[in-house]
Amino acid sequence: MPHRPDPYGLLARFENVEGLLAGVGAVRGAGYTRIDAFTPFPVEGLARAIGFEERRLPWIALIGGIVGGAGGFLLTYGLNAWDYPINVGGRPLNAWPAFAVPAFEMMVLFAALAVILGLLILNRLPRLNHPVFEVPDFRRATVDGFFLLIRSDDPLFRVERTGRALEKAGAVGIDEVPS
Amino acid sequence: MATVHPESLTAPSVDYRSVTRDVAAVPLAFPSPRAWWIGFGISCVGVLIFLVSAFWLFYRGVGIWGINNPDFWGLAISNYVWWIGMGHAGTLISALLLLINKGWRNSLNRFAEAMTVFAVIQAGMYPILHLGRPWLFYWLIPYPNTMTVWPQFKSPLEWDVFAVGTYLIVSVLFWYVGLIPDLAGVRDRAKRRVWQVFFGLLALGWRNSAIHWQRWQVCYWILAGLALPLVISVHSGVAMLFAGGLEPGWHTTIYPPYFVLGAVFEGFAVVLLISITLRHAFRLHHLVTDRHLDMLAKLLLAFGLMTAYGYLFEGFGAWYSGDLYERQTLQDRLSGDYAWAYWGAIALNFVVLQACWFRAVRRSAAALLAIGAAVTVGMWLERFMLVTTALYRDFLPSSYQAYVPTFWEWSLFLGTIGVFFFLFFLFVRLLPMISMFEIKEVLQEEARGGHRAAPS
Amino acid sequence: MAATREIRDRLKALATGRLEGRSGRAYWRSLEELAAEPAFHDQLLDEFPSLEPVLGSRSRRDVLRIMGASLGLAGLAGCDFGPPQEKALPYVRAPEFEVPGDPEYYATAALLGGYALPVLAETHVGRPVKVEGNPEHPVSRGATDLFAQAAVLDLYDPDRSGATTRLAQISTFDAFQIDLIGRARELEGRRGSGLALLTGAVTSPTTLRLIERARERLPELRWFVHEPVGNARRHEAARLAFGRILDLHPRLDRAEVTLCLEADPLGPGPAQVPNARAWVDQRRAKMAHGELPKLYVLESTPSLTGAKASEALPAAPAEIHNATLALAQHLGIGGIEAPELPLHLRAKVLEIALALERSGEAALVMPGAHLDPQLQALVFRINQQLGGLNRTLVATLPVEARPEVGENSLPALAGAIRTGEVDTLLILDSNPVYTAPADLDIGDLLQTVPFRVHVGAYQDETAALCPWHVPLAHPFETWSDGRAVDGTASVIQPLVRPVRGGRSMHEVLATLAGEPQAEPYEMVRATWRRVLRGRDFEPAWRQVLHDGFAEGTAAETQSVEARPVEAPPPKKPGAIEAVVRPDPSVWDGRFATNAWLQELPKPFTKLTWDNVVAVSPAFAVEHRLDNGDLVDLSAGVRRVRAPVWILPGQAERTLTLHLGYGRGRFGGVGSDLGYDAYRLRTTDELWVIEGMIVQAADASMPLASTQEHHSMLGHHLVREIGIGELAAGRSVVPKEHHRPTLYPEWDYETYAWAMTIDLDACIGCNACVVACQAENNVPVVGKEEVLLGREMHWLRVDRYYSGEASQPHVHFQPIPCMHCEKAPCEMGCPVNATVHGPEGLNQMIYNRCVGTRTCASYCPYKVRRFNFHDYTADEPPTLVARRNPDLTVRARGVMEKCTYCVQRISAARIEAKKEGRRIRDGEVVTACQQVCPTRAIVFGDQSDPDSMVARAKASPRDYALLAELNLRPRTSYLAEVSERPAGDHRLEGEVREF
Repeated sequence: MPHRPDPYGLLARFENVEGLLAGVGAVRGAGYTRIDAFTPFPVEGLARAIGFEERRLPWIALIGGIVGGAGGFLLTYGLNAWDYPINVGGRPLNAWPAFAVPAFEMMVLFAALAVILGLLILNRLPRLNHPVFEVPDFRRATVDGFFLLIRSDDPLFRVERTGRALEKAGAVGIDEVPS
Repeated sequence: MATVHPESLTAPSVDYRSVTRDVAAVPLAFPSPRAWWIGFGISCVGVLIFLVSAFWLFYRGVGIWGINNPDFWGLAISNYVWWIGMGHAGTLISALLLLINKGWRNSLNRFAEAMTVFAVIQAGMYPILHLGRPWLFYWLIPYPNTMTVWPQFKSPLEWDVFAVGTYLIVSVLFWYVGLIPDLAGVRDRAKRRVWQVFFGLLALGWRNSAIHWQRWQVCYWILAGLALPLVISVHSGVAMLFAGGLEPGWHTTIYPPYFVLGAVFEGFAVVLLISITLRHAFRLHHLVTDRHLDMLAKLLLAFGLMTAYGYLFEGFGAWYSGDLYERQTLQDRLSGDYAWAYWGAIALNFVVLQACWFRAVRRSAAALLAIGAAVTVGMWLERFMLVTTALYRDFLPSSYQAYVPTFWEWSLFLGTIGVFFFLFFLFVRLLPMISMFEIKEVLQEEARGGHRAAPS
Repeated sequence: MAATREIRDRLKALATGRLEGRSGRAYWRSLEELAAEPAFHDQLLDEFPSLEPVLGSRSRRDVLRIMGASLGLAGLAGCDFGPPQEKALPYVRAPEFEVPGDPEYYATAALLGGYALPVLAETHVGRPVKVEGNPEHPVSRGATDLFAQAAVLDLYDPDRSGATTRLAQISTFDAFQIDLIGRARELEGRRGSGLALLTGAVTSPTTLRLIERARERLPELRWFVHEPVGNARRHEAARLAFGRILDLHPRLDRAEVTLCLEADPLGPGPAQVPNARAWVDQRRAKMAHGELPKLYVLESTPSLTGAKASEALPAAPAEIHNATLALAQHLGIGGIEAPELPLHLRAKVLEIALALERSGEAALVMPGAHLDPQLQALVFRINQQLGGLNRTLVATLPVEARPEVGENSLPALAGAIRTGEVDTLLILDSNPVYTAPADLDIGDLLQTVPFRVHVGAYQDETAALCPWHVPLAHPFETWSDGRAVDGTASVIQPLVRPVRGGRSMHEVLATLAGEPQAEPYEMVRATWRRVLRGRDFEPAWRQVLHDGFAEGTAAETQSVEARPVEAPPPKKPGAIEAVVRPDPSVWDGRFATNAWLQELPKPFTKLTWDNVVAVSPAFAVEHRLDNGDLVDLSAGVRRVRAPVWILPGQAERTLTLHLGYGRGRFGGVGSDLGYDAYRLRTTDELWVIEGMIVQAADASMPLASTQEHHSMLGHHLVREIGIGELAAGRSVVPKEHHRPTLYPEWDYETYAWAMTIDLDACIGCNACVVACQAENNVPVVGKEEVLLGREMHWLRVDRYYSGEASQPHVHFQPIPCMHCEKAPCEMGCPVNATVHGPEGLNQMIYNRCVGTRTCASYCPYKVRRFNFHDYTADEPPTLVARRNPDLTVRARGVMEKCTYCVQRISAARIEAKKEGRRIRDGEVVTACQQVCPTRAIVFGDQSDPDSMVARAKASPRDYALLAELNLRPRTSYLAEVSERPAGDHRLEGEVREF
């Protein structure tokens, strides 16, 4: 038979969350690792189920916050007490309780910006095109479709075998994702 | 209207498909164009009024207003407080209820946040408009300049620059991050190229990957966690703008919490107005149910009572301080030239509110609409009262002078309301006004909890 | 120049009767060229407001636009700024050349009612900017009144007449001279019969000499004097009592018990400054010995003297008349018919009589200068009885030059005109058509005089009825002279060439006397050759120019004895009486176009831009009147519609009418303000109008008052201490050191500027307010803005009442910036636009201000002023030259406030640096401090324990306003001192709000 290039992977659709989770379990049990799932809404535990663990975002936020807060205080202190020290209303030059307010706002701002940037960078977004979008049925991922993707770069990946495995896992529909 | 399953937050007819269909349909195949065009047209008139008022203001200066010595602030500042306060409820509904995991907020958070953003925009304009030399507003921002002069960070006004700026940016981002998945949803249903491109770009190529969802949730929770203290800090800063001065009636420690609570109270009232109007206009009763209204009404009542506590203790503090000037101001509030504002606020913010003790009222859209309107007006009266009564009679009787806003102050206020609605009309026309994926989350949880048949 | 010389020759020719045919064609053509210019039309409009329908509007912008319209005139009037050609000597130093930015001080004088108040005028590069009192002069002693302060604004007033006109057409002074010379030659034929002069009160030796010269040529010349608010009745009284006309001067510095019967020695007028100084000197001297001089005042309407009195009793004029008779009776003066008196008055009169008798020689009873001469004569008699005459009440030869016909001779003039004895009338610096008693119909009479000339500063009501009008130069524009109230003669030096092309009155008189080409400078020198008789003239003259006055020229004191006069019969009180008073701001109307004075809050009503009918609270209740309600006043056939103002301390059934308003269309600033009280006066009812009928008009008008509240509402803003407590060494507030504060101590190494204001000495004369306005280029905002509460005065005088509304105590409290060390305003400013200086000044950096107005909202004293509109830019361009170049003017949207005259501090600092020393105590004098007649304001470095201000702050009377706020204000107050026993908190007493 004529050899055709490997697809990007196989995309299986499941009826519902439970189905999908079961399917993921089965596929993982079969030893597949390069998998991803797509759901219309965040599903608790799904990421862990497909073997994804990450705790980076909170740290990014924390760093952003520290930078913002410290920067904010240094800014206010530096401008009012160091670079332009002048008697204002007989108050102390280093009025830290007052400076705390802008510092706090800066902390919040930087933390927020940091975490959002983190989100986009880690998720490699924006990325307007992606192979899965080639599957017409994939639109349902934003409506009511629960999808499981096994990428072709998975060592166990063989179109037929993998397809069968997915069927066994309870997929109601399987599509090839062209690369 | 849809009958409601006792615990269910949405009508039983609702399923994943219907949610997306109903919500995404609004931007894609706009259901009631004629009503929209009328409303939009009116809001455009409002924008025009705003532009004219602002132009005349810049051209002639704040002298066209009724402000004087001692009433140096007047409407400009009380409107500023009113607008910024309105925003806070949006953030609170989104952030607080998310953190304490109240699923019912999922039907409301989207347009509540939109309200926040638009209200903060109005608020942000006022401090600039009210300047004597508005073209120099950027001197409030610390940037290296040839004058080698810097802003003065002991000034509550300077705090507000940072607070309001941060608040605007963060609430816009919070709103947008929450929108991304739904933008993708609309993208995928879009038939016409223009919509596909429009939403495609906005959605940043979101594809609902479980991994993305996981990071998204972490990010969203962190933002919520940040937004919460932010809201409190912002309005505390606003309150300090008054408490920072020595003026009797301003110089009191309860101002920050008093202002924050009042702001949230006002905000919930506006959320009520908006949700009732929207669900009626777009027949979303099955998504925004009477149960949601009930919840909102309860919150409104709670915050209303807390605000009333503020009234009580503001007065008590003035009396208990024994300070002649404080007492004088209290007396002026109760019986002075602006007593109408004080009693108006009491009546609309406290008396009317008591109706919310009754379940029937809490579930009657019409009644809540009235109460919401009352509180919105009442809170404006309160802000006006707080700003003006302290100034028009402060320390030296020789300086006493009443303040009467002029046409241009009112027209500018009307203008900002116009701008607010202008933005809101665009929002309902262009963006999914209810969070689709979050409602689906709720459906899923309810299904698991066995409250309803598993949706498919 | 050549043209003018030609004219001069021709004039000489004319005068000597050899007139060649050719008239200076070139000159006339040049005039037509002038007429071709568009500016000329502006000028016409300006000269004849009636041609300009827009005129008369009083909205700020309109006023300013109209005033601005006359921009062209300053130049058009053919005069250039710059020092006069003749040599005038700078006061302080005589530089060989101008040093820009280095002011020069010229000794000259400001005029009020003919009397000179010697001043030093500060000029910058030839532009007069500000006047200060002449410290060496016995009358001024460095202080001035508000009118002198405002005089410099008149100099630049675009409403002043700018051109000689004939029959409403622009003409020239030369043309006028030609006409007058012709007329004079004609009159010469009949020895001047038919010629009449009408002047205001004249103290100028030169004017007098010229009138005499004219009389030599025209012996039949008749001279009449009309001074609306003059000394006529006082002189008449002197004639009755002493047989000749004399001036009588109260010596408040010698009096221990004083009774003022409608007299207001501390009130506005030529003698205010010396009287106030004498009063305060005596009060301080007594205070040092734990006593206070007694001052009783019987007055029908509140006066500044009444405000400072130990006891001021409101009483109807008739009652005061009777009380005077009763007093005379008590003192055993015979031939007095027993008057009827209300019981409380009778008792009070007895009490006062005893007090007066007890103090004997140190007693002083002062009659109002406008009282019935017979009554005044009786009062002189009373003084003699008490022994105070020639001691506390001193007579001198009259300072005013006195025409034979007798003063206040306007009726005489009217009579003469009626009988056709006058066919040539020269009106010199007088405006009878406006100021004459209504019953004279002077307007109609004038027009029966064929040859009428009006020489005046304005195209006023009289000018409109005179074919010839000659613009009169401002005193600061031409050489002249005058005498102060004590008679000391001053030379009035010009500071600048006529801004509006005015002419000196001397030139007109000289023309009449047949010397058309005489120069004012020479005329004045000629006069002073006589004044300085017996001295080497040139040095003496230089000395006079330098000092501003001639030593020892004061009027001779006369030892007098009051002869018995027949006492006037008692009066029947009861009917509603109206008393007429000059306006505290615009006097008899001559300052109507002075924007500073128009916007100056009047001492009691705090009203600006209007005059009112003052009524007592009881009267208001009875007639259901409220402030601003219009009433129709009618006395006989004469009626006027005017707004009422409820005035605490007003006699119950007495109304007070203020002169000087109701001008109709009068320039840009003065148009359509108030009502005209002159219309109600008659020759026999000049000052008291009996049987006045009042009818409410069911209408009201807005009145711009800068202070709507009267009571201190129980706050201790103005404090007072009993003289007993003071003597016992108690202080008004516990002398505490600084209260605790969370903020750090800032030390002010160099200087610590501070101010004290002595409320006991403040007589509320408002001079400081005008001085501050002049010094600091404080803009005028107009009635509408004042109504909105946007007046800009950096220094205001708050007025509070305590006690009963019918007989209240009045308290004046000047409020400048307090320069708090812990200034809340600074903390509020987000852009560092108001910060604290190293010397403790609360500084305002205008060009950094963005106008958030947070500072002003935070200011507990509300002393900050905001430019809601572009007030400064809207001022008429002619006023730009007046501005003090040492200050920036403030733009729209910028905050401003009192700076403690920081420009003066800098000037002193520069001087000190040059000489490598510290600034000396007293070297920096703020504008308000400098002008104060009672030296109530002290300024200096409080860190120097020997400084005047430090010593003042050590006084037991020293207290801080709103001390409880712990802002550490640098400005503090010295409490009023009362005779009340300790523990009498009458200051806390409320009065009804009006």
